[in-house]
Amino acid sequence: MDDIAREYLPIIIFLAVAIGLGLVLILAAIVLAVRNPDPEKVSAYECGFNAFDDARMKFDVRFYLVSILFIIFDLEIAFLFPWAVAFKDISMVGFWSMMVFLAVLTAGFAYEWKKGALEWE
Amino acid sequence: MIQADLNIIMPEIILSLFAIGALLGAVYTSKDKMGPMLVWATAGVFLALALWIGVNGQGTNPAFGGMFVDDAFSRFAKVAILLSSAAVLVMSQEYMQRKGLLRFEYPVLVALSVVGMMVMVSAGDLMTLYMGLELQSLALYVVASLRRDSARSTEAGLKYFVLGALSSGLLLYGASLTYGFAGTTLFSGIIQTATEGHTSIGLLFGLVFIIAGLAFKVSAVPFHMWTPDVYEGSPTPVTAFFATAPKIAAMALFARVLHDAFGSAVSDWSQIIALLSVVSMFLGAFAAIGQTNIKRLMAFSSIAHMGYALMGLAAGTVLGVQAMLVYMAIYVTMNIGTFAFILSMQKDGQAVTDIGSLNQYAKREPGKALAMLILLFSMAGVPPMVGFFGKFYVLRAAYDAGLAWLAIAGVIASVIGAYYYLRIVFYMYFGEVPDETLDKSHSPVLWGFLMASAAIMVLGLVNLFGIEGAAAAAAATLVN
Repeated sequence: MDDIAREYLPIIIFLAVAIGLGLVLILAAIVLAVRNPDPEKVSAYECGFNAFDDARMKFDVRFYLVSILFIIFDLEIAFLFPWAVAFKDISMVGFWSMMVFLAVLTAGFAYEWKKGALEWE
Repeated sequence: MIQADLNIIMPEIILSLFAIGALLGAVYTSKDKMGPMLVWATAGVFLALALWIGVNGQGTNPAFGGMFVDDAFSRFAKVAILLSSAAVLVMSQEYMQRKGLLRFEYPVLVALSVVGMMVMVSAGDLMTLYMGLELQSLALYVVASLRRDSARSTEAGLKYFVLGALSSGLLLYGASLTYGFAGTTLFSGIIQTATEGHTSIGLLFGLVFIIAGLAFKVSAVPFHMWTPDVYEGSPTPVTAFFATAPKIAAMALFARVLHDAFGSAVSDWSQIIALLSVVSMFLGAFAAIGQTNIKRLMAFSSIAHMGYALMGLAAGTVLGVQAMLVYMAIYVTMNIGTFAFILSMQKDGQAVTDIGSLNQYAKREPGKALAMLILLFSMAGVPPMVGFFGKFYVLRAAYDAGLAWLAIAGVIASVIGAYYYLRIVFYMYFGEVPDETLDKSHSPVLWGFLMASAAIMVLGLVNLFGIEGAAAAAAATLVN
C-alpha cells in the first residue's frame, strides 16, 4: 500500500496543483472583481451595433458530417505513419493487415460517396 | 500459423465480409428497395453460421497468441446470439417496412453488431474485449436512433451513446489499471497475478472498474438508468434486438472476464456481483409496477432478469456459469415471443404500447392471449413453465455456493415481480371493457414466433431441448 502511494505521488501533486490553481482562478473572479452590472453591461457586445440574433443558432448537419469524415481519415494517416516508418521490419502479415484496413476504409468511403454525403448542394 | 489463426475466426470474417458486401451492393444498386431482401439474407447468413459453429466446432482453439479463443463456451454464446438475432431480424421486417424504417443499413448494422458480439464472447485479451464491445455498441447506437424524425428515437440514441461512452471510459480505465498492475492484457497472464487473497489494490481497482463498465452493458442496477428510456424511444424491433442478443453477449463477456482473467480471485468479485444482482432484482421488480408502457415494463423486466443471471455468476462455480447460460437462453426465448406479441399490438396502423389497450384481449383473440399468458407466467417464474427452471437453476447455484441470503432475496424479488406480469394477464382476461380495441393482426411471422416461443415454454420442461448439456460443457471449459 505504501509503495503504491509513493508511485502515484507525482500525479497526486499534479492533481492538487491543477485543482488548486483552477479554484484560485475561479474564486479570484468572485472575491476580487468589482461587480456592478447594468443592462448595457450584460448585453452582448456586437462591434457597436445591436446583436442580430441569438448566439445559439442551428448549424447545418453537413458540417458535422464533414468533420466526422475528417477525423476518420485523420486517424487513418496517424495509423499509416508508424506502419510506413517500420515498413522494412514488418512481415507480410503486417503489410496485408494494413491493406485489409485500407480496403475496409475504402468500402466505407465508397458508401458515403454513393450515399451523397460529400455533396454540398 | 497465420493460416490457422484465420481459420479459427472464419465465421467472424465471413460475417464482416457479408456486411461490407451487402452495404456496397445495396448502395450501388437499388438502395432501400433491397431492404427486405437483405433482412432475409442476413437472417439466412446468421442461421448458416449458427449451424456451422454448432456442428463443426470442437475443442478449445486459441488464435493470435491467445487474444481470441474459440471454445465450447464461446460457441454456446455465439449460437445463441446468431439464432436470436436471426429471429429478431425476421420478426422486424414487416413492422419496419410498414413504418418506412426499413433502410438497407438496418440489417447491415445488425450484422456488424453481431460480429462485435461474436468477438466479445471469444475475447482472450482486454484489447479484443474492448474492440468487440465497441463494434457492437457503435452499431447499436445508430440502430437506436433509426427513426430519425422522431425526437424520442434520436433522444434514445443520444442517451445510449453518451452513457455507453461513459461506460466504455470506465471499462478502459479499469483495463489500463489492470494492465499496469498485471503487466499484460492477456487474460491468461492476468489470472497468474490475481491470486486469492493476494490481489494488489491496484488490480482490485481495475477489476471494479471493469465490472462497472460491463454492468452498464448488461443494464444492472445501479448502472441501469439508460435502459427504460432507450427501450421506450427505439423502434420496437430494435428494442426487441436490444433485449436479446446484446444481453447474451454482455453476460457471456462478463463470465469470461471474471473466470478467465480473475478466476483465481473469486471471493474478491463474487461480493460485487452479488450486490449488483440483488439490487437489480429488487429495482426491476419494484420499478416495473408503476409502468403502463409495455416497452418500459419490458425494460425493467430485463433489468430484473439480468439480476437473476448475475446471481449465477455471483456463485463463481461451474454450476453458476451453467445456470447463467441456461437462464440467458430461456430469457431470450421468452423475450422473442413477447416482443413478437408487442410488435403485433396496433390500432389503425399505429403501434400501441399502452397495456390498458389489452383489456379483454382474451375475448377477441383467445389463442394469442393464451400464448401471452404462458410467456408471462414463464417470465414470472410460475412452476410448470420453463422460466421457473431457469430461476430454479440460478437459485440452486447460489445456494450451493453458500449464498443462501442471495437465493432468498431472489425468491422474494420474484414474488414481487410476479405482480406486474400477472397484472397484464388480469387485463387480458378480466379487464374492464375497453373504449377502443386493438386491430386484429394478420402477420403469420409474428404469430408463428409468439406461438413457437410459448410452445417452447411448455414443451421445454421435458428436457429443456438439451441445452443443459451444452451449457454444462460450456461452463466446464470456462471454469477450471
